[in-house]
Amino acid sequence: MELQINGKTYEVQADADTPLLWVIRDELGLTGTKYGCGLAQCGACSVLIDGAVVRSCVMPVDGAAGRKITTIEAIEADDIGKRVVAAWVRHQVPQCGYCQSGQVMAATALLKQKPHPTDQDIAAAMVNLCRCGTYNAIKAAVHDLAGGGADQAAAAGAAGNAPQHPAGKAAAAGALALAVLGTPGHAPARQGGEG
Amino acid sequence: MTNLADGPAVAGEALPTGEPTNISRRRFLLASAGVAAGALVLGFGLPVGRARAQGAAKAAAPGTRVPAFLEIRPDNTIRLQSPFMEGGQGIFTAMAQIVGEELDADPATFVVENAPPGHDYIVMSNGMRITGGSMSVRMSYPTMRRLGALARRMLLQAAAERLAVPVGQLTTEPGKVVHAASGRSISYGELAPHALDMPVPDPDSVKLRDPSQFRWIGKPVERLDVHAKSTGKAVYAIDVRVEGMLQAAVQHAPRLGLTVGAIRNEGQVKAMKGVHSVHRLPGAVAVVAERWWDARRAVEAIQVDWREPGQDSTLRYMPADFSTDAFRERLANEPGSGDDAETAGDVASALKGAHTVVGATYHSQYLNHAQLEPPSALARFNADGTLELWMPNQAPEMFLADVAKRTGLDPARITLHSPLLGGFFGRHFIYDTAMVYPQAVQLAKEVGRPVKVIWSREEEFLRDVLRPMAVVRFRGGLDAQGMPVALEAVSATEGPTEGISNKRGEKLDDSALEGLTGKAYAIPNRRIAQLYVKTPAMLGYWRSVGNSMNDFLYETFLDELADKGGQDPYELRLRLLQGNERLTHLLRAVAELSGGWKRGPFTAEDGTRRARGIAMASPFGTQAAVIAEVSIENGQVRVHDVWEAIDPGSIVNPAIIEAQVNGAVALGLSQVLLEETVYKKGMPAARNYDMYPILTPDRMARVHVRIIESGAKMGGIGEPPLPAVPPAVANAVSRLTGQRIRGMPLSRYDFKA
Ligand code: FES
Ligand code: FES
Repeated sequence: MELQINGKTYEVQADADTPLLWVIRDELGLTGTKYGCGLAQCGACSVLIDGAVVRSCVMPVDGAAGRKITTIEAIEADDIGKRVVAAWVRHQVPQCGYCQSGQVMAATALLKQKPHPTDQDIAAAMVNLCRCGTYNAIKAAVHDLAGGGADQAAAAGAAGNAPQHPAGKAAAAGALALAVLGTPGHAPARQGGEG
Repeated sequence: MTNLADGPAVAGEALPTGEPTNISRRRFLLASAGVAAGALVLGFGLPVGRARAQGAAKAAAPGTRVPAFLEIRPDNTIRLQSPFMEGGQGIFTAMAQIVGEELDADPATFVVENAPPGHDYIVMSNGMRITGGSMSVRMSYPTMRRLGALARRMLLQAAAERLAVPVGQLTTEPGKVVHAASGRSISYGELAPHALDMPVPDPDSVKLRDPSQFRWIGKPVERLDVHAKSTGKAVYAIDVRVEGMLQAAVQHAPRLGLTVGAIRNEGQVKAMKGVHSVHRLPGAVAVVAERWWDARRAVEAIQVDWREPGQDSTLRYMPADFSTDAFRERLANEPGSGDDAETAGDVASALKGAHTVVGATYHSQYLNHAQLEPPSALARFNADGTLELWMPNQAPEMFLADVAKRTGLDPARITLHSPLLGGFFGRHFIYDTAMVYPQAVQLAKEVGRPVKVIWSREEEFLRDVLRPMAVVRFRGGLDAQGMPVALEAVSATEGPTEGISNKRGEKLDDSALEGLTGKAYAIPNRRIAQLYVKTPAMLGYWRSVGNSMNDFLYETFLDELADKGGQDPYELRLRLLQGNERLTHLLRAVAELSGGWKRGPFTAEDGTRRARGIAMASPFGTQAAVIAEVSIENGQVRVHDVWEAIDPGSIVNPAIIEAQVNGAVALGLSQVLLEETVYKKGMPAARNYDMYPILTPDRMARVHVRIIESGAKMGGIGEPPLPAVPPAVANAVSRLTGQRIRGMPLSRYDFKA
């Protein structure tokens, strides 16, 4: 079976009913997409399929074959995704970070569908769980991205003291701070060089 | 290869060095050490680091041996080994601020990692190293500042030699040493190879900065890990892989203490796709496979005849008839008056002489940690017989000792890696039956290859340790004016520390009673006692530990007393805190933050009926006061706003504190509104988030924070914002509905507004 992920084509061996999540994580080594519940409850495993957000832990891999899959690893290659990440940095959203791949994917999908979502749109789209309780920061970041379409004041409590520095510096330091493992080098990437 | 952290022998090494390794393993190790493979090798630190560390290591006091903590690279980035594990609380950033302040280096130039086990990193003033109890900053603050100052001194001395000028003519600017007279400067990165080789100066010889001169401590410095965590680059234990690794999934006995009898379909399971092997573990079966999903599918297909333990079994045992509802009844009716934990005056006669006596029974519930990252562990035996482990943990030295004990290996032959934690909240301490790593070690041994074990969410909810349940019998005495003159609380419970050690200690378990004890209110006659009742449930620490439930129990009863005495709960608290300037100020601050105390009920602009509740807590060295505003929507509680004033004495990063308050409010709301671990017939009713609801975004409240720096002794931040949240909500609900709330969660009630 062939999968189109982040602009590359991968040949995968997994059974047709294996959840897409485990193909992405184990077979392709793209571990930015997280396992939280395996039951479509938490959203940690969110990926984009043809631009719409999907909980990959309950999607059989054959349902994704031939469609355009985007994972968190390629998020900054997407214009909207890049803006979302910048807003996440601006609002200092993550705590432990484990849910945040999924949160960023959900926000990106929302903004792809509706560049100026209303409060209701945001509430309906941003439903992933976060045990660290970053909900207010997420809300503030998405309202910020929604750019006036939504009520900024609604999230004011969350971001009151948050630093509002430009994203660049912290982004560079942050990237250094953490290991990058499981790059897709294990997987047979047929296009796009080394993977 | 770089090595900045040669610990004493017992510690193993931060980065394995020297041994021949194959290329991909080498690449992995580089990666796992947080270094981009290309960048690192321009080292300093090594090979010199090894040599220089050796002589000094034995004698140095923890937190003084600079090269064990710091590496400064040619590009002036600074690698810091953090004694405390990062799990979302922002400790890496706080450590960079504290060390950077004294080193004179911008925290943004730091790359921070979890330090390996080792004597150097036992930096807490109580002689421990754990990431918990909200102790990281407050118990290491002077030591970590001094570490930065020592490193700066070494850089100054190296520069003095280089420039051939007296050290007194030199000063520093962020990232460099400056000789003002000649206009010359040298970057830290350039000086480091020499500087970090120099003997570490006498720790008492350095002077710390005057706090009025702080550039980074006390400022909302950006977190160092935010971009990586927003782009999927952060690596957690569950993500780690090594060459040749297999993966395993487990099926635990449905009840603790049962052992594996026959496996009825072993042949069939072995023939399933991808299965490498089937294994029997203590109280569990495992399937090993190349891919975790194959392992999981197969292990769940296994049909095990679970065996009851024999009469002489010493295993912890969960009986088949255990139910949380029945156990709560038992706690409520347990005879006895308990053992004194805190007393003042004479409660018995004060109650006898009181104008009014109020008696009521309150209760809390068992809770799961429900951290979003399911636990995992990766074990690898190397060719030389050494063992390497990657696993989530909040206490590396304790885990190292535990590994040594269980495996019989010399600690020097064990390397422990501590990846980032995908949430912890107390989940990752030494819990005999809730750790993954012993399974990984056994499986790695049995298959002769590295094995990573991941517990499915369902297995995690089956074996997670629980926040204790308590039933507290309160009696309060009021005088003719309605002022409390006596308060007795007898808590029928087992504390987490008692539960973990499976016996009572010599003293009462503080972690059972904190939050009933240590209250600041001037009630002249008090008795707080514990009635110890052992539970078969496995207990553990949960964010804010005893305070997570006890402040709920106490502060809601205090409101009941206020109502019985005809007092406003805010005014009553002010009166009970008379003469306590710090808490009076705090209470007034939260009232002011909320626009002035108003209890309600009142009608809000949107037409809903609302009320507010107030509560206080003094957890982990910090003081907190909370006001919550609620309404009732479809029979359930909606919390609109939470105002929290928090006084940790002094602070390091207000933005991180605000984030921690938000997170603690979320967990506090989750607990009071929704959460409860229910056992029926010895089994948890919930095995995933579908049946164990945690707070969802739509039920989050707006959060308003005021940080007060009273200058009192520095307190904690991760846990303290939580305990006052549940009682503030419950008190508001009692006010709004007229129905007295005496237990959590509120989802058990059906309210009419
Ligand atoms: S892991 Fe897919 S929704 Fe939780
Ligand atoms: S940031 Fe930890 S679960 Fe969301």
